[in-house]
Amino acid sequence: MTIQIDNVHQSEEANADGYREFALGEFTFKRDEFFVYIGWPTGEHMMSADSFLRALQRDVAWDFFYGIVNFDGVFGTLNHYGTVDIFAGRFNESYRKAELDYSENMETPRIRATFEAILDDWTNESFDPFASPHETGSAFGLKNGSNTAAVTRQRVAADRMVGVPGDEQVRSDDSGYPVNRMFADVDQSEPVIEVEPGFEDEVAAFSLFAYLSRSNVTWNPSVVSVCKDSLACPTTEEYILPIIHGNDRVEWFVQLSDQITWEVEDRDTGAVRARVTMRAGDVSAMPADIRHQGYSPKRSMLLVWENNSEKIPEAIASGKAPTYPIEF
Amino acid sequence: MTTTRKAQGGAVQRANYTTVFGSLADHQKGGVELIADDARHYAFSNIFDVASKAIAWDRVAVAKNWEYVLETIRAEGTSPWYAAAHDEFAICMDDGDAEVLVELVKPDSPVAPEGSEGAVLLHTEPVGRPMGRIHLKRGHQALLPKGAAYRFVKQGAAGVLLIQTIGGALTQYRWADICQTV
Repeated sequence: MTIQIDNVHQSEEANADGYREFALGEFTFKRDEFFVYIGWPTGEHMMSADSFLRALQRDVAWDFFYGIVNFDGVFGTLNHYGTVDIFAGRFNESYRKAELDYSENMETPRIRATFEAILDDWTNESFDPFASPHETGSAFGLKNGSNTAAVTRQRVAADRMVGVPGDEQVRSDDSGYPVNRMFADVDQSEPVIEVEPGFEDEVAAFSLFAYLSRSNVTWNPSVVSVCKDSLACPTTEEYILPIIHGNDRVEWFVQLSDQITWEVEDRDTGAVRARVTMRAGDVSAMPADIRHQGYSPKRSMLLVWENNSEKIPEAIASGKAPTYPIEF
Repeated sequence: MTTTRKAQGGAVQRANYTTVFGSLADHQKGGVELIADDARHYAFSNIFDVASKAIAWDRVAVAKNWEYVLETIRAEGTSPWYAAAHDEFAICMDDGDAEVLVELVKPDSPVAPEGSEGAVLLHTEPVGRPMGRIHLKRGHQALLPKGAAYRFVKQGAAGVLLIQTIGGALTQYRWADICQTV
């Protein structure tokens, strides 16, 4: 029997493995010890529970992010900034040719509430979907407690810049952000700032590298500085980006430390287009018609640079703006 | 070596890891391996490589997203004075083993026209109240606040700054020279 609580349709009772089952429009979601089962009117799909939860965590934390969040080659979400398409097979050429693809559009609060409920119910106390594999336990097994604190971390978003009075503040041991084991060699000194009286809110600086070295999550861009619609969103990366991000605008990467390799595919078909290897200091655009997944052998620092303008997706989708950043 | 807890799989890890940052003196560029695409679509470059070939204080765009840019600057000696009608931000990517100093002045009258985009060059020293100074080492990020005049001082070996701003009259676009094309 399905009940509705706070706009979330879920089973009244947990299944034999201890997990509740959910419905969202015509989509259904079930999990057992190892797998997640997603159903829709024209098909069903299986994912490993750990992969699904890692992807779901990013989709929820990013509030469906820019463009497409592919959980894998079949299932995902497409953000329309107010509504969200939830889809199966839509960006998979074989599913489309077989006419097995399916999508539904729904108000963002509805899908957000359902995804948050699934994430909370299906994440056991042993598992942190934000953490690298070395820093968390197993996602598998029968229902075993919960990890609500981990799955409800607030995404950092500075209004002006981290460290400015009244804005997001720097991280420290005291504020619960120890230096990550793979960044133990990163200098923790903060810039020396000499401020004349009256300019305390204007003369500001912080150590970006120290700040990133204390991040307790992976693959989760957070805003550290804002110039109108220009958002600097650095993040720390380890292992594999748990989603395949499909762009609806050009985004840029600046590799601040170490190395990431990006597998780049056509956004709509999944056909391989390029492999981009980025080392410290490298800068690369990600075109607006691709999807990409990153691989970081060691925890690394990546600056994701976004243009938050709401006019861009329509301009690109209508062909008024190119899918690549520069003509040269 | 260390080992993760059994609950985390018991994997063996290194006892220490080395974080690799780049610099003018030591950087290794990656690249785009093409399978079915055009390298120019990625505008792939390296900020240290760009700065190594730049004249001091040239503001060379390494990324552009509509009106917004990221500029790379080779920091060497004392820069001219600049101002902007909007916030800008400077990340010190290479301090050349010494600090990059940021000097800030609040001009008595605005020097960057309201609504203008990008940094504006001041041809004379700004007249106004000193706001303060910021000493940047590698990895430090500073606010270059809207309406303030600022300049950089880099003594000793050259350093590299990355500026988050809007493209303006001082922004130099050299894509064909700095980007991978094939």
